Amino acid sequence: MDWGSIIENVFRGLIGENLIYFGLAAMGLNIHFGYTGLLNFGQAVFMAAGAYGLAIAVTSLGWSFWIGVPLGLIVFPLVLAALMGIPTLRLRADYLAIVTIAVAEMFRIIFRSPTPRIKKYTNASDGLNGFTRTFYDLSPFSNDKRYLGLWLGNQMWVVLVGWIALALAVLLVWMLIRSPWGRVLKAIREDEDAARSLGKNAYWYKMQALALGGILGAAGGMLRAIGTGSAQPQNFITDVTFFAWVALILGGAGKVLAPVIGAALLYGVLNFTDSFLRQAVANDVIPDSIMTGAQVGQVRFMLIGLGLVLLAAFRPQGIFGSKEEMALDDR
Amino acid sequence: MPEDRASIGRTMRMLVASLLVALGVLGLANAAHAQEDTGEETVEGTGTEVKGTLRARDADGEDVFLEGVEFVVSDADGNEVGRGVSDAEGNWSVPLPGAGAYSTLLVVETLPEGNSLRNPENNPLSFTVNEGDSRPNLFPLGEAAAKTDNSIKAIQLFVDGLKLGLIIAMCSIGLSLIYGTTSLVNFAHGEMVTFGAMAAYLFHASGALGFETSLLLAGVLAVVLSGIAGGLFNGLVWRPLRNSGASLISALVVSIGFSIFLRYVMLYIFGGRDGFYRDYRIQTKWNFGWFTLAPKDAFIMVFSVVVLVLVGVALEKTRAGKAMRAVADNRDLAESSGIDVEKVISWVWVAGSALAGLGGVLFATTEAIGWEMGFRILLLMFAGVTLGGLGTAYGALFGSLIIGVFIQTSTLVIPSDLKNVGALLMLIVVLLVRPQGLLGRAERIG
Repeated sequence: MDWGSIIENVFRGLIGENLIYFGLAAMGLNIHFGYTGLLNFGQAVFMAAGAYGLAIAVTSLGWSFWIGVPLGLIVFPLVLAALMGIPTLRLRADYLAIVTIAVAEMFRIIFRSPTPRIKKYTNASDGLNGFTRTFYDLSPFSNDKRYLGLWLGNQMWVVLVGWIALALAVLLVWMLIRSPWGRVLKAIREDEDAARSLGKNAYWYKMQALALGGILGAAGGMLRAIGTGSAQPQNFITDVTFFAWVALILGGAGKVLAPVIGAALLYGVLNFTDSFLRQAVANDVIPDSIMTGAQVGQVRFMLIGLGLVLLAAFRPQGIFGSKEEMALDDR
Repeated sequence: MPEDRASIGRTMRMLVASLLVALGVLGLANAAHAQEDTGEETVEGTGTEVKGTLRARDADGEDVFLEGVEFVVSDADGNEVGRGVSDAEGNWSVPLPGAGAYSTLLVVETLPEGNSLRNPENNPLSFTVNEGDSRPNLFPLGEAAAKTDNSIKAIQLFVDGLKLGLIIAMCSIGLSLIYGTTSLVNFAHGEMVTFGAMAAYLFHASGALGFETSLLLAGVLAVVLSGIAGGLFNGLVWRPLRNSGASLISALVVSIGFSIFLRYVMLYIFGGRDGFYRDYRIQTKWNFGWFTLAPKDAFIMVFSVVVLVLVGVALEKTRAGKAMRAVADNRDLAESSGIDVEKVISWVWVAGSALAGLGGVLFATTEAIGWEMGFRILLLMFAGVTLGGLGTAYGALFGSLIIGVFIQTSTLVIPSDLKNVGALLMLIVVLLVRPQGLLGRAERIG
């Protein structure tokens, strides 16, 4: 067992790429659920919007990187938010849950469709790549060196940009939630009828929250596409949404920093189990009859499912949340 | 504080129950794997390879598999790295030395008489493969699908759609009744469908138990097991959760957690491949003139109708059925008129899960068994149940039938790989124009 590499992986999980991708996605969910009480079970499709917005613009249409970024970050998420929000935001919370998960699955089917008219733009299940050059051309790091003992130049550049994005997102959410706008969101979460009776257009505020959280998710997805160098439907299956959900509930919904800390802890734990099991399987500490290399990858999804169950049943307020303010509240 | 102590007691009971379930699961995993080691290594395929299945349509529109066709795989520099020949079922595979870019050439001269490539420009076919992956290569044969008369095709698709709709209906009655009685949208209901299909596979075709039964007996066992599993699921998880006063949103998140957990446990045990039942797999279709139907499909349709009618009669006439409808209609009123609500809810879970398991077995006789089948059908159930009216038994039936027919007939205009997109879009449209569903009562649901 190579404990050095296991510790390195845990460290990478605590501060690395996945913290950024899923930290941003979970911050989006925090705006949806933590502050507004919206159940978005389709954050994966907002992430996919960021990834595919950039990839389709640059790779399929040959447009500039700088058109692709706003397309994936703003235009696609707004369209999605309208598609999900218009039919459901007037209805009970569980309808939004059903529609968001349905929309996520719908776009996954479309992205992986081999139909030529669609494949022309999305390249079916192989996905798109070759849209990251402009981004890496800006990198101040050398690809021949290893930074912080973890990342080569290009990876370090993604991580640095990601940290900056996370910091900006934290600042943005912190300011927004302290603003009158944020107070209306919380009022809707606490009692929508009361907010409405004070003359606030709850529907419109919920729509704005859905779009804003979606944009944060798209930022996470776009960075993920840049970091992995490809936009593939497999990276945005509906289960991906719940990695962000576990990060959010673990940290504590309704706290600005909680999703980031939740994502860090989550990927610390996931990377530990992942690399521990991988080593144990490779070194025959765990025999093949119990677990094979391919099955190690499935364990993290089981942990996500189990994590959701245990958190929601036993500690819905997470680590930092307060039970009074936010505990997966009923409405 | 006695109340605190009670809730700690409940918590402990839930923890112990979860642990027991997890242990049982691991035990099962062991059994299944011990089997795989001896028997099924060839199915899973190890290492990096490229593979495919050559399939063509004969004059009657039946699938035939092409044997003896040669493939030559070359690396990026044009050096040959391997050859393969398709077997009697059209399957071929060529092992590859590792990750990289390759191209596959189908040796056109070896194609049987009368067959040709649909896209000759895609031969050789270039592809890239990751280490350890098994990369499928497709070589579509023949002309683009023959143009038959659209009205005839529409009738065939309508019949296929009815069959799909009946299966969705069978699965979704439980979903709708559980929602009606407990207000829980159970995202893990799809996994009951997969569970039924896989339980039948366990008895019928896996050999893991040391014996194999006929599909009929395996199906009965699977339905019974599904019912038991549903009852346990309610008793060990949902009843304690209800009693602890957990909010509906917590319950929703718990159900989706279970959905993911169970799905990946089943993937872990079953593997990512497709499974098939042996009985009734290949049948000559009956020709009814306007449409054809395999005997098993006809059986599925008749059988589903009978089961659904029985469910309807039971809901209308029996005491238990009346109690279920009463609880779904108004829980407090039902309770105050002397109905044991918790008992009714248990029965709803048992019956609903058994029906879902039955739906899974029926679905798996017409399509492949896979770990994700339940999740895919869950979204169609949502579409059907929402269309019919969430919480009503007949709404679930009615909506599911429409969704099934809609999915199949929509392939007249859209590519069939996108057919489920149409159903999901329909879900959105229904919520826009008639959120209470076709049979739901117009009440404020927001």
